[in-house]
Amino acid sequence: MKYADIVHRCFRCGYCKFTGDYTDFNCPAYRKFRFETYSPGGRMWLIRGWLNGEIKNSERFQEILFSCATCANCVEHCVFTFSEDLVNIFIAAREELVAEGLIPPQVRDYLKAIHVNGNPYKLPAAERGKWAAETPVEPYRDQEYLFYVGCVGSYDERAVKMARAVGTLLMKAGLSIGILGEKETCDGNEVRAMGESGLFEQLAEQNIRTFHDMGVKKIITLDPHAYNAFKNDYPPLGGEFEVFHYTQILAPVIGGRRILLKECPLTVTYHDPCYLGRHNKEYEAPRSILKAIPGLELTEMERNSENAFCCGGGGGNFFTDILGKGEESPARLRVREALDTGAGVIAVACPQCAKMLEDAVKSEGLEDRLKVMDIAEIVTGCLS
Amino acid sequence: MTDIVQSLARIVGDAYVSDRPEEAYFYARDPGLMPPHKPDCVVVPKSVEEIQEIVRLAAREKIPVVPMGAGLALTGLVIPLRGGIVIDMKRMNRILKVDEMARHAIVEGGTSQGYLKAYLEKHHPRLRHSIPDSPATATIAANVMIHGQGRLTQQYGFNSDMICGLEVVLASGEVCRIGSGALSPDWFSKGPPLPDLTGLFLGWFGATGIITKIGVKLYPRKKMRDVEIFITDRDSLVPGMVYELTHTEMVEDINIFAQPKPMIFKDNHHITLFYTGDTEEEMEFKRKTIWHSLDRFIRSKDGGFMGVPPAMKSTLLDMPQRSVSRFADVKKGGGFEYSGPIIMVDKYPACARKILELAEKYDLGYSGMARIIGRSHAMMYGFAFTFNRADPDMMERTRQALHEVSVFALEAGGVFWKGTADEQKMAMQKMDPATRGLMGMIKKQMDPHGIMNPGNWEVTEV
Repeated sequence: MKYADIVHRCFRCGYCKFTGDYTDFNCPAYRKFRFETYSPGGRMWLIRGWLNGEIKNSERFQEILFSCATCANCVEHCVFTFSEDLVNIFIAAREELVAEGLIPPQVRDYLKAIHVNGNPYKLPAAERGKWAAETPVEPYRDQEYLFYVGCVGSYDERAVKMARAVGTLLMKAGLSIGILGEKETCDGNEVRAMGESGLFEQLAEQNIRTFHDMGVKKIITLDPHAYNAFKNDYPPLGGEFEVFHYTQILAPVIGGRRILLKECPLTVTYHDPCYLGRHNKEYEAPRSILKAIPGLELTEMERNSENAFCCGGGGGNFFTDILGKGEESPARLRVREALDTGAGVIAVACPQCAKMLEDAVKSEGLEDRLKVMDIAEIVTGCLS
Repeated sequence: MTDIVQSLARIVGDAYVSDRPEEAYFYARDPGLMPPHKPDCVVVPKSVEEIQEIVRLAAREKIPVVPMGAGLALTGLVIPLRGGIVIDMKRMNRILKVDEMARHAIVEGGTSQGYLKAYLEKHHPRLRHSIPDSPATATIAANVMIHGQGRLTQQYGFNSDMICGLEVVLASGEVCRIGSGALSPDWFSKGPPLPDLTGLFLGWFGATGIITKIGVKLYPRKKMRDVEIFITDRDSLVPGMVYELTHTEMVEDINIFAQPKPMIFKDNHHITLFYTGDTEEEMEFKRKTIWHSLDRFIRSKDGGFMGVPPAMKSTLLDMPQRSVSRFADVKKGGGFEYSGPIIMVDKYPACARKILELAEKYDLGYSGMARIIGRSHAMMYGFAFTFNRADPDMMERTRQALHEVSVFALEAGGVFWKGTADEQKMAMQKMDPATRGLMGMIKKQMDPHGIMNPGNWEVTEV
């Protein structure tokens, strides 16, 4: 296994479980399951035990490995020099399980659906661009930016609304964007995170080829997960593009008052997506948009920025739901934390977070007190 | 055992009990060098009532129960030596009360050091507790259960001296309050003027009861905190230096470290002095008083204050000091263990020489670290060796070195701190027979079925 020479170096001191200021346990899997085995240190020791033949691949072992949300809280707070590799180590262990074919059925089904359909929803590619039907967004020809929407933004009912809001707002800002529609396929970020590196490379190469064929130079992504894949994992495979998350494009637009906004007396708390925040260190662009809205009060959750608590959707858990169930699910805990701020709106910048948190708001029975809105949806509601 | 697991599931819920191999593997071990021993199952309870039911079940079925905080003692104290049920306490982590004016907090038995620190900083910024340098996940209850030390130990003694009450689940499953809280809503004293019953639990490693709530004394948190380091290459002078420094009553905490790397540290003893104040004037006064207390050593050219670079200062002022954990990976091997006898400060030179001797004999990376307890009343001298977890030979050499430390510490008049099961036996063998007998009587009365963390403080085995 890759990184096999590192796994014995974990002291299991547990800093990886916390926020930087020790306010709370911040590993979503540990926070839900509460056995040490589900913490990053627990995984390290179990992986070592498994490699040494002291424990076997079991359903429990698979659940422990695949419940990791790859949120990188451990990477942020581990005190050792190998901290940068922690998530990669867990992914490497998943790769071994995938290679063995002994993985949770939800993971298997996800990977098969991507392999066969190019999306986890098993829906035809022809439907990928349907979300744009009632928007001014057009197919990509030679526009300045490719607006890459991704599987969730293309097919998920909640995320589609977000895609429409972002696409329309980018157009309104005068940006030259186009979409691939049926030519778009999965970015592969979750495929890689779930340990199917071969399929990831296949998807990446297919996307890179398409982007090159279409003459794409600059990409705006809806989803921080796609942003992460394009920015960090595609370049070694020959995919060098200028990649932006949509908040990074909108921030100067809104800050420069190129779009006029009216007074919006909202109290908003912002939930950092892990793949925009900890993985790519973009904490400010989404906040600067919110701060630029007249009358909007931005109130921070106790755990924010590099200490933000994951919604529990990362690392494929959005699709597999290993972390998503129950009162102690990360999304429900996060919604309670948002409620504590007194905000009426949880602002999100990720379609997966939007869906996870909106479902959690419903499960908590808080629909009349908390609304989950994407940043573009908030801006749209405040257009002058 | 299946019936037991089902019974436990009825108590804590299916999700919080496990007899699966993964949990058995992990909870069989701690980060130190003790051999693993698997539990039969692990539970993660949420309430005192659940713990009571678990203990009653264990008593009925004569199954061992082992309470566990973060499992960071390194000496195997929560390795279930006879199997049974490991009770992971960390779901019980609420801070129940902070009395600002009376300066104390009441917390649940699984509350971590880090969480209390963060909570106080946010809600009671003028208060602090004596945080140890164990990782932030270490629990307050487990730390006092082993008579841990912390940042305020030089001023106020062991962390277990800084408590003001306990709630304990006994081996019978009964719940019992110790201290003023036994008859008052106010937890201001752990004993006095009543008989101090905390001694029935503190230092017993869970062998007499499980702490479910703990009253912790809090102390003024000053606005400023700084550190100075006095260096000497003459170990024999260290006790005298410590005497002068403690005489000033200006120092928050005194740690002394000696390590071979970086090269400029080798053969030197770094007396690390922390001090605090509310104003620049107060800080300056304390700084000068501390400096002047060591004038004669400076004049005789036996030492001097070093300029502490900002990065080093930041590392030292960190609470807890994360750099302590980093010592585990010095050999890129993820392991360290230390034996930390509590011993007289005048034994510092002997300890410092012993660790050098053992590091050389066994070819090990080392760090010697002393923390002064009280006004030079004693010290904890940590003989710390780092090892590579993937190198069985190095692990064995480390074990042998630590065994030699144990023998040395006893001969030098020291007492093991958080001793391994073997060290506990060594201590009891050397102990006054009458004292040992008393411990035996207490253990028998407190735990008649021998279910409470068995293998620890078992007088009959001596």
